This record gives sequence, structure tokens and C-alpha cells, in this order.
Amino acid sequence: MTRFIFRRALLALSVVMTVMALAFVLTRLSGDLAISIAGPGSTQADVEVIRKAYGLDRPVLVQFFDWTRLALTGDFGNSFFFKDKVSNLIGQRMPVTFTLGFTGLAVALVISLPLGILAALNENTWIDRLVSLLVMVGQAMPSFWLGLILMIVFGLQLGWLPISGTGSWQHFVMPAIVLAFTAVPALTRLMRSGMIEALGSDYIRTARAKGLSRSSIIFKHALRNAAIPVVSIAAVQLGFMLGGSIVIETVFALHGVGYLAWESISKNDFPVVQAVVLVLASIYIGLTLVSDILNALLDPRLRGA
Amino acid sequence: MTAILDVQNLAVRFGPTLAVRNASFTVQKGETHCIVGESGCGKSVTALAIMNLLARNARRDAKSIAFAGQDILAYSDRQMEDVRGNRMAMIFQEPMTSLNPSYTIGSQMTEVLRRHHNTTRDLAEQRAIGLMQRVGITAPQMRLGQYPHQLSGGLRQRVMIAMALMCDPELLIADEPTTALDVTVQAQILRLLAELKQELGLGILLITHDLGIVARVADHVSVMYAGEVIETGRTADLFANPSHPYTRGLIDCVPVPGKIKPGEALGSIPGTVPVMKDGFSGCAFRFRCPQASEICTQAVPRHEVGPNHLVQCHLPSRQGGAQ
Ligand SMILES: Nc1ncnc2c1ncn2[C@@H]1O[C@H](COP(=O)(O)OP(=O)(O)OP(=O)(O)O)[C@@H](O)[C@H]1O
Ligand code: SF4
Ligand SMILES: [Mg+2]
Repeated sequence: MTRFIFRRALLALSVVMTVMALAFVLTRLSGDLAISIAGPGSTQADVEVIRKAYGLDRPVLVQFFDWTRLALTGDFGNSFFFKDKVSNLIGQRMPVTFTLGFTGLAVALVISLPLGILAALNENTWIDRLVSLLVMVGQAMPSFWLGLILMIVFGLQLGWLPISGTGSWQHFVMPAIVLAFTAVPALTRLMRSGMIEALGSDYIRTARAKGLSRSSIIFKHALRNAAIPVVSIAAVQLGFMLGGSIVIETVFALHGVGYLAWESISKNDFPVVQAVVLVLASIYIGLTLVSDILNALLDPRLRGA
Repeated sequence: MTAILDVQNLAVRFGPTLAVRNASFTVQKGETHCIVGESGCGKSVTALAIMNLLARNARRDAKSIAFAGQDILAYSDRQMEDVRGNRMAMIFQEPMTSLNPSYTIGSQMTEVLRRHHNTTRDLAEQRAIGLMQRVGITAPQMRLGQYPHQLSGGLRQRVMIAMALMCDPELLIADEPTTALDVTVQAQILRLLAELKQELGLGILLITHDLGIVARVADHVSVMYAGEVIETGRTADLFANPSHPYTRGLIDCVPVPGKIKPGEALGSIPGTVPVMKDGFSGCAFRFRCPQASEICTQAVPRHEVGPNHLVQCHLPSRQGGAQ
């Protein structure tokens, strides 16, 4: 088990390093950073000053190792636009994104687990088909579109919920629901198929032959096995949600890391862009690692490996 | 002798398919009753029908299924739950997959006792350890904490047997319990079942497609063909006087030392088991029967060819009684 975790952690670390290199290279591919920072109408002399001031005149490899070295200590440099340390900016925005991500995942699980179980218990009946239909509709709905619909109905027409900003918990309700919808189809389907497989298995026949009650058979024996893939996919989904909150945070002007990413991309604030990409990617990679470990912890057959 | 299980005219259908049509047999206390027949003839379905564990698309019908004198046909699901695993236990053909991979052996064994009897975890574990010892599992204390994947197939089947015995059942239904195991383990498990029957006065309904096993362990045999019990009787009588052409065919398929001359071909029954649909009448074996005649398309009577020896065939009436 420790060896398994060690191997996975090493793998995760190498992926993070790759992401660092990519984040660095991609921001530099978007053009001459000194020119874009200087902005239109600036003179050649201005650009040269900026190039020197930001250290962009040094060889690229030197810049990269410099950035990497500082990034590993948590220092991502200063934002060009906000006149603050990048790490502070991300630190301030992170709680919002985490709140959104975890709430979104919780909502997604609360919706998809019972739906998946319900569909599995009523396999091939109208209930099952109705659930499949809902899942399909959910999947076909783009999240910005769902966000706008919710805003119009609950924000503007009914006036129940605020449509933008970060002031109170009410601000998180609609974004969390929209975010949850991105995970509900996959989780529901996984829960359903896992449950159907478990319910048809030989050990469930044994459990029934033991005279166990229906609830013990469903919730103790079948769910325990059906939940293993769901739990690990949920961790991966959380990574998606944290990374993918860019669209939703932008739609709802929720001041999280996703919103920060959008702002800094549009303002060429490349230290922030680099750092956000790296942080979100690391979280995603970390959660994938957590998913693997959870999977192994839940499945006794993998625990010994 | 008293019957622990008496099945009369059991029929099970899956839509238009008649998986079991007219199965009647009796299992006595302290006896091993074997159901034997080719693959697909309805053995497992018969066992599951008795336990009321059939798939949702199955329809069960019977004149009666008497368990310890009670007609369990009329039992509610709740009543049946109380019987299953408690007074009537079952083990299966697939030891590798019949235990839940996510729970320890101890948890799965104690669970059944605690479901049916008011007892503490400690007492349940004591009983589990005792039974594991009884069925030949070494280091039972350690096994309690192990997961199924840590055990071999033979050990898992022993665990299944020990688990089935947790509540001290009156009837044990074993559906091909040794088919998936290698020959030496197979022999050990069969010997174990025979001993348990003696010790505990257990009635055993043993399903197999292997006449060799029948000859070794059965007190009584029922031969099934295409969903019907076509011959039933004491093992000795049935082997001495097989009265149904199908039974005779089966016995001819088994190599018996001394009876078969070297170089002589083993018997085999040409053709396959037909799938029974609604509206079928007459003898299902007539397409493969060497003695089939006109009359075999008509409803087949049941004859008593000896004490407790019944056969379902037109032959005895054609020949005027037992042959
Ligand atoms: N769930 C089901 N749905 C439809 N048909 C079924 C179902 N279960 C069994 N049957 C049918 O019932 C018949 C008898 O099956 P059964 O499993 O009892 O055979 P068996 O005698 O146990 O054979 P084997 O030796 O292969 O285990 C088969 O023809 C099978 O197709
Ligand atoms: S009833 Fe006829 S076909 Fe059937 S087994 Fe007897 S003789 Fe053969
Ligand atoms: Mg079978």
C-alpha cells in the first residue's frame, strides 16, 4: 500500500512538473510578453525598459528555472495588474472556488446517488427510463446556458437569489447547482451501472440466501461495492469542477480563482495566468491521486498491492 | 423417516419457456438427495424455486412445497426471509464469487447468525471459529479477519459451507458445490458433506450432473430431463434397476470399472435437451429415446416400479409393470 501510494505520488509529481513547463511555455507562445505588457502605442524604448524590468531579456531557460524555483516555495511573483503578490491573490480567491467546488460536488452526489440507485432497482422500467432521460437532458445542457436560465427565473423573475457577486451563501446556490449539473450525468450513470452489476452478482444471491433484509442487501452488500468506482470518480469530478469553475464563476461574477484566471487572461497578467494554471492543475492531479488511493482503500483486493 | 422437504408438481416459467415443468421429489431428514441431469435441465432453477430466490422474470407454481411439514409456497417474502439462511441454507457452484469481496470472512459469517438469532458478536465469532474448524479450515481465528480474495477456491467453499451451518439448518441445498474445484478438493468437500449429514441429521439436496458423485454420496436420486423429474428412487434401486430410457442412457455414459471391457466405446445419448415451450405435450425425451413409439406423444403416466421408485414413461404400461 505505501509502495503503491509512493509510486502514484511520484507519477503525480512528474505530471505537475510537466504542467509547470507547459504553463510557462504556453504563456510565452502567445507573443512577446514585453510588447503586450507595454500595451498599444508604446515606444520601442518603453518595451525595452519593461523587458529589463521584468527580467524578460534573460535567456528563456534561466527565466524558467527562476520561476520554477520560486514557484516551488510558493512565490509566483507579482501581478502586473493588481499590484499584489500572485500568491496573495490566489490565496484570497481559493476559498470561494473551494466552497463552490465542494458544494457543487455535494449537490451532485445528493442528486445522482439516489437517482442511480433508484434506476438500478427499477432496471428497465419506466422509472429507469425517466432517469436516463433526465441524465441525457442534463448532459446536453451547456452550463452557461443553464446558469443564464436559472438567473432569469430565480434571480430576475422570482427574485429569490442574487444573480452575481460573492457576498453571502445565497450567492453560491445557483453556481453550485449549475456546477453540480456537470457531474450529475456521469455520477448517476456510474451509480446505476455499478448497482446493477452488484445486484446481479453471486454474492448478492448469497446474501439473499442468508435471509438478509432487502435494505441490508441493497445498502450494505450491493452499495458498498457499487460505490467504489463512484467515490473515486467523484474525487476526479471535484478536480474537474474546481478547474472548470472558470465558466461558472465568470457567468455569476463569483470572485474565485476561475474568475481571477479569466480576468488575468484578458489583461495579459501572465504571472497570474501561469500560477492559476499551475495551481488548478496541481489540485486536479492531487485529486486524481486521492481517487486512486481511495479506490485502493475501499477495495480490499487492491489494499495489499 | 420424516420428510424435511416435499416438492409436489413444481413448475417454473420464464415467459413462454418452461424451465421446470413437473418436478416432484422428497428429501428425508438425515439423507442426501441428489438431483441429476444434463446442463440446462432445470436443476438450479428448481433449487432457487424452493428457496424462493428466482429472478424477477420467473413465475413459480406448485401443488405444494412442504418444508418440515409447512407449506412454504404460501409464505410471504418476510416469512421466507426468516427461513432462508436459518432453517434452510444454500451453497453455490461458484465459490470464487459467492462471497462479498468487500467484507471479511468473519463479518459475513457472523452476519447470518446475528440476523436470525439474538446473539453477541463475540458468541457469533466463537461459533464461526468452531464451524470453520469443523469444516477443516486451519487457523480459523486468523481467517475471520481475512477477505475472500485471500482464500483459495476450496477454502472459500468451506467457508460457504460453514456459513450455511451457522444457524444450524434442517436442510442444506448444495448446487454443484464441487464443480469449480479440482478433484482432490472435490472429494474432501463431498466427504465433509456426508459427515455433516450424519452428525447433524441434516437433509441435503445435492445438485450435480455427475453420476459418479451420485453413486458415492446419494441416498436418494431424482433424475431430471427438460424440466421434469423423470425418475426418482433410492440410489441402489435406481442404479440396479434404471427404468427410464434416459436414466439408462446416463448410466451407460459413466465408465464403471469392471463393467466396461477395454476398447469398448462408452455409451452416449445423441441429441440435445429441447427447450420446452407452452403447448408441448407427450414425452420430452421421445426425440432421443431408442424405445419411443406412437403413444409417447401422449401425456406420460407415472409408475411405481418399486418401493419409493417412481418413473415417468410409457414403457412400464406397454410392458405391463416393472421390467
Ligand atoms: N433468469 C432466467 N431467465 C430466463 N431463463 C432462465 C433463467 N434462468 C434459467 N433459465 C432457463 O432455465 C433453464 C434451466 O436452467 P438451470 O440453470 O436450472 O439449468 P441447470 O440444470 O442448473 O444447468 P447447469 O448444469 O448448466 O447448471 C435453462 O434453459 C435456462 O435457459
Ligand atoms: S415415454 Fe416413450 S419416449 Fe419417453 S422415455 Fe418412455 S419410451 Fe421413451
Ligand atoms: Mg445449474
